[in-house]
Amino acid sequence: MRRIICLTVMNRPGVLNRVTNLFSKRNYNIESISVGHSELEGMSRITCVIHVEDEKASEQITKQLNKQIDVIKVTDITDQSIVARELALIKVQSTPQTRNELYSLIEPFRASVIDVSKESMVIQITGESEKIEAFIELISPYGIKELARTGTTAFPRGTQRSAPPKQVSIL
Amino acid sequence: MLQGAALPEVKAENTRSITGSDLLLDALEREGVEVIFGYPGGAVLPIYDKIYSSKILHVLPRHEQGGIHAAEGYARISGKPGVVIATSGPGATNIVTGLADAMMDSLPLVVFTGQVATGVIGTDAFQEADVLGITTPITKYNYQVRKAEDIPKIVKEAFYIASSGRPGPVLIDIPKDIAAAPAEMQEEAEIHLPGYQPTKHPNYLQIRKLIEAVSKAKKPVILAGAGVLHAKAMHALKAYAEQQKLPVIHTLLGLGGFPAEHPLFIGMAGMHGCYTANMALSQCDLLINIGARFDDRLTGNLKHFAPHASVAHIDIDPAEIGKNVETLIPIVADAKEALQELVNGEGKPPVHDEWMKQLEEWQEEFPYHYDQTSLEVKPQKAMELIHSFTNGEAIVVTDVGQHQMWAAQYYRFNEANRWVTSGGLGTMGFGLPASIGAQLADPKRNVIAVLGDGGFQMCTQELAVIREMNLPIKIVVLNNQALGMVRQWQEIFYDSRFSHSKFSSQPSFVKLAEAYDIKGVLIDTKEQAENELKHLLTCNEPVLIDLRIDPNENVFPMIAPGKGLHEMEGVKP
Ligand SMILES: Cc1ncc(C[n+]2csc(CCOP(=O)(O)OP(=O)(O)O)c2C)c(N)n1
Ligand SMILES: [Mg+2]
Repeated sequence: MRRIICLTVMNRPGVLNRVTNLFSKRNYNIESISVGHSELEGMSRITCVIHVEDEKASEQITKQLNKQIDVIKVTDITDQSIVARELALIKVQSTPQTRNELYSLIEPFRASVIDVSKESMVIQITGESEKIEAFIELISPYGIKELARTGTTAFPRGTQRSAPPKQVSIL
Repeated sequence: MLQGAALPEVKAENTRSITGSDLLLDALEREGVEVIFGYPGGAVLPIYDKIYSSKILHVLPRHEQGGIHAAEGYARISGKPGVVIATSGPGATNIVTGLADAMMDSLPLVVFTGQVATGVIGTDAFQEADVLGITTPITKYNYQVRKAEDIPKIVKEAFYIASSGRPGPVLIDIPKDIAAAPAEMQEEAEIHLPGYQPTKHPNYLQIRKLIEAVSKAKKPVILAGAGVLHAKAMHALKAYAEQQKLPVIHTLLGLGGFPAEHPLFIGMAGMHGCYTANMALSQCDLLINIGARFDDRLTGNLKHFAPHASVAHIDIDPAEIGKNVETLIPIVADAKEALQELVNGEGKPPVHDEWMKQLEEWQEEFPYHYDQTSLEVKPQKAMELIHSFTNGEAIVVTDVGQHQMWAAQYYRFNEANRWVTSGGLGTMGFGLPASIGAQLADPKRNVIAVLGDGGFQMCTQELAVIREMNLPIKIVVLNNQALGMVRQWQEIFYDSRFSHSKFSSQPSFVKLAEAYDIKGVLIDTKEQAENELKHLLTCNEPVLIDLRIDPNENVFPMIAPGKGLHEMEGVKP
């Protein structure tokens, strides 16, 4: 199962190394990891998307992450109401003949063209991973020359519809 | 020892200014460090210049691996962090095994490594190694110092992290220019670790749940691990077990947490544990784990582990709870605090006469056994003699292999801090240097290093330290002229194809000891062992005893890989 885990960490040297090391040491499968500053000075936010066998495995990951000295907070937000976004840049082959066709695909996805040359154009798209995947599938027949994805970054919505956030550790 | 904020003594001829290394030694003195296990080299020369005039005892092992194992032995017995210094590059990589060992067995260490100067880090400079990268997975935490002024704070944090919560090794990498950089003495540093707040106090509701479960249990049992020792919870454990009349089982590393001679003590469980302990785990209906991590050598095949039991688990590390075994009552806490709460709860003791009777019957019918009629020295007999000649009061340090299991089975520990062994990592070469640290931590107590002839040869060089410091350690090499534990597995699981597990030649250990100016004695009959061991084990000088044991002896009972605890082999003669 796919889980989205959010971490708040102290912005210290080596912290990302410790987090990724933990994934490889414990043989966890990461789909993506995205890191950047948070609203708090000296703190960064990490969003990891992982694949695990069951809830038990994801609980174990959460606990192991929580144990790290520089990790302030860990939440598995998969079951919460969240906003999750990913950005992708796609360089796709385009000729004067196909360009218009491509534009017509781009529009419904609210993607944008940020660079155009004779043989290609660069499209930027943001959204949930599924949307990005659907778009990539759609335009791949035109010939994707380069593709870069940032991985998901996410956090819980202001108002939670359903159950309260999952308790991480048993204190 | 320096008091308060006093500056380190500056010798008359030493008029150089205060540097990062001064801050380092000052910080160590503030932590009350008594002994450093260190080995010099280029990158730590500025630090060693300050050690030259420091009052802290410095022990020079003959290999950095020996140094860090000695620090582990010291930490295990004293309960205080062991302090290690190694130089950059090869010095640092030589301590990797010890870090992994300490990480596995939750031993507090504060380890300093030299590093090349900041200006050349990342250029593959002479003796540069990416020590942070190498040690990240095998340390509880690690630092690289970027500014000399940060040293006091970092050292203080390191000691706090190493010794609190679930203890473990912390490494501090110090570039040479930082160690030599001018710096100013500082006031007491303050630590700032917002992401690290170990939970010590148990959740009241979970404690009530456990009290309730105990009162209803028909077949309850306590499994006590090394967490009991780390938390200094021995008295609380005894009080609780006695109040509730609960039988107690130990893990390999927990030995000594509960008195072996106590009527409620069952014995050690696990791969080479006793029949009753393993059967009790297999058949109990309530399993109370206190500070053990359900390691695979303890549980055997998890599918068959404690199949009828509700599991309660008290651990300071929340990540251990539910990691391997489904847990009904999780209690994140310091073992001592949790046990005190349990005692204060004054729950109704269980009605479990039949269970206790069953345990007693097993004890009587299936004790550890060996051929007592043999004229050869049986290793089990040797351990019984060692136990009786030291009144069961010595510190026993072992290496890894068959001898380790015989020591665990036959030396009955009645007190804590008498047992030093490498459990989680199973590190050969650990025993001899660890005995040095153990002796330094408890100078008056008799220290017996029970080693295999294989593992002894992995860190033999530390005999030099034993002589140099005149440590009256009794080294007993249980010599079966083989890598006995490997030989045993090959005999049982590989059709006796003894691939590289028997030594075809060996040095004379007696002469080797003599070369280090240590008394060496060869013993090869049971009669000789009975007559001579007592004197050798109680004299006040270092001795090496090359004790020739039956080379074909195996450790039993034994649980084959993949089998459950109830599927022991070799239970009966
Ligand atoms: C560093 C290291 N290498 C290899 C092993 C694998 N190993 C476990 S026990 C053992 C045999 C130890 O032989 P010896 O020290 O003579 O002890 P004995 O089993 O004979 O009592 C070996 C090779 C290990 N535990 N540690
Ligand atoms: Mg041997």
